[in-house]
Amino acid sequence: MTLLKAKILSPSQSDAILLWILRGLALSTGIIVVLIVVFLLLEAWPLLQRVGWWRFVSDRSWHPAEGLYNLMPMLWGSLLVTLGSVLLAAPLGIGSAIFCQYYAPPLVARVYRRLIELLAGIPSVVYGFWGLVVLVPLINQVHPPGTSLLAGIAILTLMILPTIALTAEASFAEVPAEYIQGAAALGISRWGTISKVVLTAAKSGLLTGLILGTGRAIGETMAVLMVCGNVVQTPASLFDPFRTLTANIALEMAYATGNHRAALFVSGLLLMVAIAILVAAAEGIEKVKSFSS
Amino acid sequence: MKKLKNLALISIALGIGLGIQSCNPSSQTAAQKPDGLQGKLVLTGSSTVAPLVAEIGKRFESEHPGVRVDVQTGGSSRGIADARNGVANIGMASRSLKPEENDLQGFAIARDGIGIIVHKENSVSSLSNQQIIDIYTGKINNWQQVKGKNAPITVVNKAEGRSTLELFLAYFKLKNSDVKASVVIGDNQQGIKTVAGNPNAIGYVSIGTAEFSINNGIPIELLPLNGIAATTENVKNGKFPLSRSLTLITKTQPQGLDKAFIEFAQSPQVHDIVKSQDFVPISK
Repeated sequence: MTLLKAKILSPSQSDAILLWILRGLALSTGIIVVLIVVFLLLEAWPLLQRVGWWRFVSDRSWHPAEGLYNLMPMLWGSLLVTLGSVLLAAPLGIGSAIFCQYYAPPLVARVYRRLIELLAGIPSVVYGFWGLVVLVPLINQVHPPGTSLLAGIAILTLMILPTIALTAEASFAEVPAEYIQGAAALGISRWGTISKVVLTAAKSGLLTGLILGTGRAIGETMAVLMVCGNVVQTPASLFDPFRTLTANIALEMAYATGNHRAALFVSGLLLMVAIAILVAAAEGIEKVKSFSS
Repeated sequence: MKKLKNLALISIALGIGLGIQSCNPSSQTAAQKPDGLQGKLVLTGSSTVAPLVAEIGKRFESEHPGVRVDVQTGGSSRGIADARNGVANIGMASRSLKPEENDLQGFAIARDGIGIIVHKENSVSSLSNQQIIDIYTGKINNWQQVKGKNAPITVVNKAEGRSTLELFLAYFKLKNSDVKASVVIGDNQQGIKTVAGNPNAIGYVSIGTAEFSINNGIPIELLPLNGIAATTENVKNGKFPLSRSLTLITKTQPQGLDKAFIEFAQSPQVHDIVKSQDFVPISK
């Protein structure tokens, strides 16, 4: 018996090679994340030490060439545009997945799914370009200057919609057929089945989709850079131009030197922290939910 | 198991060894290639000129494999100081030499000009310097105030750190924190698309890029400044006021490697690099 166990559990030679390759891959992935954070810290540290982190919250404005480093308007910009787009894309994406999975005729569903996948494959700079030449002039007719929070939310909604729709569909497909058959046997209506049985069973998959969408929205750079106006201010209305943290780095990094460059690394660090908090919060929610159900 | 570990170690060691091996011969051939020019060239100075010189340097290196070109930024004043006290072989400045700097030698390699652009449908065909300042500081916020139609002005500004912004602010004696912008853009192309998509916008971009876009039918218009038309021709001959020359500086009459590089940077061989960075080449 012990002999058998040893035979089964001791990895064969090819297994050992695979194991070491996998270990190496996992290690390098982990190290890359740590190295990026260390690099950000190293680059930002001299400035953080000289002027203190409080200046990044309390300064009058963001004019790094004049020694003013307030990042808060851009943090709000990033958070507001992400929140707006997730709030819009979540019902749209989940709704379209429900339609595709349970209501649409098979042929329509197949074509529709391909369309959504196509939407997911469009590069962000194309979304940005379309936004700049079509959407922004349209909004400009309603309320100048057109480059605005509204434009940013609209573009990001389009970009994260496929992520949310496709993960939602995948998690609906994983709902066991017995649940649905059981609900049908009990005589529950189709909508009753979907809202009470399917949505409850697919909850964690839906949440994962939302987190992925949020991550893509907050990290998006090119598209928001093109449609948001990039003026450093906290947007007070949907029609105000604003700048996100990612756009700030992309706009100014190429030509920044000295303190200005270090301040951009602080933006990167702040973005990292914001994303870490979001992910931790999402994980917390998931845990609480899985305990209560 | 142990055998495998050894194998892995050997293969890693082999890999490292090969890597080192492969480093050596290439550097040897690079140093040994006989074409007269060898050594290291250090250039320091303006961050506007540096990207251009770095590209020119790469092409120079590929033509003279024995030469290494090291480009460092730090502002025009550092470029001039480094050239003067010999820290760098060649200094870079985003302006011509001043009369009191006649102890140095300056060589213009390109010119940079900035034009004010508006949408083609905009009826305003010229603005005074004071009107431009008032528009950018928010004192004028409707085209009606400068004899245009009744529409709010969308002010397009550049992101901090861009040389175009620096030149614009220096010419109009503004501080970036005084500018009340409605849109902030990165590169020239984005500026042109923003103005082309908004009939009420005003912006400024490199004249070379703007002319190229106008020739391709993009609906924008370059405004004259002080009555001088914004054309690459006027930038080239130095008439256009909002322009400057990008200059390489040496302490004495350049010789050997310095001379070869400066002549290369002024030659038509690099005009495509100059144009691709939105500067205007100087024809000799």
